[in-house]
Amino acid sequence: MALLELKGVRKSFGTTDVLGGIDLSIERGEFVSIVGFSGSGKTTLLSILAGLLQPDSGSVLLNGVPVREPGRERAVVFQNYSLLPWMTVHENIALGVDQAFSDWPADRRRAHVEKYVALVKLTPAKNKRPHELSGGMRQRVAVARALAMDPEILLMDEPLGALDALTRATLQDEIEKIWEEDRKTVVLITNDVDEGVLLADRIIAMTPGPGAVLGPSVTVDIPRPRNRKALNHDPRFKEIRNGILEFLLERGRRRRAALAESVR
Amino acid sequence: MDRIRKRFRWDVLLLPLVGIGVVFALWALTSATLSKNLPSPVKTWDASRPYILSPFEKRGELDQGILRFTWYSLVLVAKGYALAILIGTPLGFWLGLSKLFTKAFDPIIQILRPVSPLAWLPLGLVLFEKSHPAAVFTIAICAMWPTVLNTALGVRAIPQDYLNVARVLKLSRMKTLFKVLLPATLPYMFTGFRLSLGIAWLVIVAVEMLTGTPGVGGFLWQEYNSLIYEHIILCIGTIGVVGFILDRMMSLAEARFKVA
Repeated sequence: MALLELKGVRKSFGTTDVLGGIDLSIERGEFVSIVGFSGSGKTTLLSILAGLLQPDSGSVLLNGVPVREPGRERAVVFQNYSLLPWMTVHENIALGVDQAFSDWPADRRRAHVEKYVALVKLTPAKNKRPHELSGGMRQRVAVARALAMDPEILLMDEPLGALDALTRATLQDEIEKIWEEDRKTVVLITNDVDEGVLLADRIIAMTPGPGAVLGPSVTVDIPRPRNRKALNHDPRFKEIRNGILEFLLERGRRRRAALAESVR
Repeated sequence: MDRIRKRFRWDVLLLPLVGIGVVFALWALTSATLSKNLPSPVKTWDASRPYILSPFEKRGELDQGILRFTWYSLVLVAKGYALAILIGTPLGFWLGLSKLFTKAFDPIIQILRPVSPLAWLPLGLVLFEKSHPAAVFTIAICAMWPTVLNTALGVRAIPQDYLNVARVLKLSRMKTLFKVLLPATLPYMFTGFRLSLGIAWLVIVAVEMLTGTPGVGGFLWQEYNSLIYEHIILCIGTIGVVGFILDRMMSLAEARFKVA
């Protein structure tokens, strides 16, 4: 049985049809990327997976049980970090840990938080507040906060979208490294096809909304660890990337043509 | 460096002094020409000297140093203000969190808000039959509205992101309130607290006048009745200065919370 199973998930806001029937099945331990244009409804899809939004129709099953609200087994890394500005790095991470592991003694919870602060290499900055950190460091805190909950699934919504290209590359490598350690199930939403292919076991394109659906799923059968430099010349990498890009561009063209038609 | 310093002094020290000087000159002119009843600045100073130079002296129930009167007023304001905040903050939170509650109670709040302290005080006297609790009641009910409305505004302005974080981290209601909602609302709350304090201080004078309670306002009214007009001006000056200091203090506290 798949860990996460979506069938015919539809969602609209007012008269805007955002998701037009999403089918998706994710196995335990899989790293799945979903790529699409901005505004195609990716965040809506992730919010539904997180349980922050309810679909209008269709089903979302986690281990066969319908998802109705957020749960501890699903951690979320938000697009804009969403750190609480009045808390230090340590406090931001401890917020969820103290709640989730309230039966642990304080020492153990503290050590647990420290472990994740160290994992994202922020030990020297653990007593700083978010406004004192760079964008990349803030996103590390957000990743640590999510991982420290020890979730079954990590849901990431364009986690590196707001970062510059170099910081982005560094963090991509770090995410891959961290993922290699315990191979949690990950759903990564991104608008960067290269990023999606680089990190994922499977990449799925999302057609531009309104009425977004998922395109064919492509297995990224490139052995890990993947070397960013070598990858640029890897024919399989190019093939997958170009396939996804062409699919997205073609759908985008059709979408625009249909819009132009309807305006006329 | 030297030049910058000179310029700095000119702006923040000299210009306000010029402003004060102009007002004093107008005052002196008015008392000398238009209104003979208005005491001149010099006469005011002469008559006020014992009250200012020994500010804590108590010569009689209604004849005390000006800071002693100020202290009485401040204590009364503190009681009413504390009550205003204790009632106003939770009320504001409730309004901010619940649309239903807002729809039900916002209209009546908007109707009660502009009611003058002069109108509330008799009701307080009817309710409590004593002037002291009536005064506290009046200050509280007049001063709480900015706290209520600003707290509600602050709660409504909490970014959806923070609420989403609280939800995905599965924070308990108490944790969500104290770790997320309250800190996120604090800057707005403090704006409300500052405005409420300003109103509480405005109300005190009216309340003391009507109830005859010893304090700056009570003293002012009593001296009007005794035809010692110099002391009216002394009281006005004191009320203004104390109000200004209170506002500055609250602004400093407010600025501390604006960092986040």
